[in-house]
Amino acid sequence: MNLIDKVEASQTKSDIVDFRAGDTLRVHAKIVEGEKERIQVFEGVCIRKTRGSSRATFTVRKTSYGVGVERTFPLHSPRIDKIEVKSRGRVRQGRLFYLRALTGKAARIRSRDH
Amino acid sequence: MEGLIGTKIGMTQLFTDQGQVVPVTALKAGPCIVVQVRTMERDGYEAIQIGAGTKRDKTVSKAYVKHCAPAGRTFASLVEFHTDKASEYAVGQEIKLGDLFKNGDVVDVTGTTKGHGFAGVVKRYSFAGQTATHGSHESFRGPGSVGACAYPGRIFKGKKMPGHMGAKRRTTQNLKVVRIDEEENLIFIKGAIPGGKNGEVIVRKAIKAKKHGD
Repeated sequence: MNLIDKVEASQTKSDIVDFRAGDTLRVHAKIVEGEKERIQVFEGVCIRKTRGSSRATFTVRKTSYGVGVERTFPLHSPRIDKIEVKSRGRVRQGRLFYLRALTGKAARIRSRDH
Repeated sequence: MEGLIGTKIGMTQLFTDQGQVVPVTALKAGPCIVVQVRTMERDGYEAIQIGAGTKRDKTVSKAYVKHCAPAGRTFASLVEFHTDKASEYAVGQEIKLGDLFKNGDVVDVTGTTKGHGFAGVVKRYSFAGQTATHGSHESFRGPGSVGACAYPGRIFKGKKMPGHMGAKRRTTQNLKVVRIDEEENLIFIKGAIPGGKNGEVIVRKAIKAKKHGD
């Protein structure tokens, strides 16, 4: 095994739920406020998931008070407490950047059956 | 200042205890073996010569093999480090990563930069080149004018021109040690380091150390 791969493998978490672009996620992110640490939930649609073992990231988009907000998290970050999949969406692209141009009804995603 | 000979493994990123992502270069360094101790009386300066890697005896001169012999094997590379503490070292002694460095240290890393061959001024000196349109032809990535007219009647020395780029020995100073893996002899250094993967590098304590904000 390549040494870099080994190092990266040691940085990854094993208990990550399986999700894809189009899924609605609840990301429990740890936030440090002064000296206290608390958990903030960021809920939205995953519009991108990049690969690359420990360097993997995913982007979650939500509309907050009419303003689109996107947050990119490192998938294996210790700052993420857990990721919940709220619903699974059926989409035809791997990167859902087209959602940025859409609002309201047009920005809905069909659900994917299991 | 003592240091170690290592090999660049490649770049990746690490999460700190606070969960921040730090870009790092992984180096495999040490254990290196002291091949010779230079003394004031015999050599006029104090230093230690250390070796790393292995080479087959028949690929090098007999003199080189004999020079390495007291340390136990024929090394692929030898490097000298000037140090006042030379007398504390003995030939054949092993120097490990943990002996010299710890997390949070500031180091200088010397390596040979990637060779780019004969490069033009756009690549070599980041010149802007010329316009692609507005009637220009034949010359798009040239340096433009390189001098004046009858006065001075010559091109100034040091004028930036095309030429060989890279493959030079360079040192990157004041890099922070993020993590050390003593089992695998890996040292993780924040930021980039001269040269490509598998390139030989020398790691030593920063000569201009301190005042490294972070």
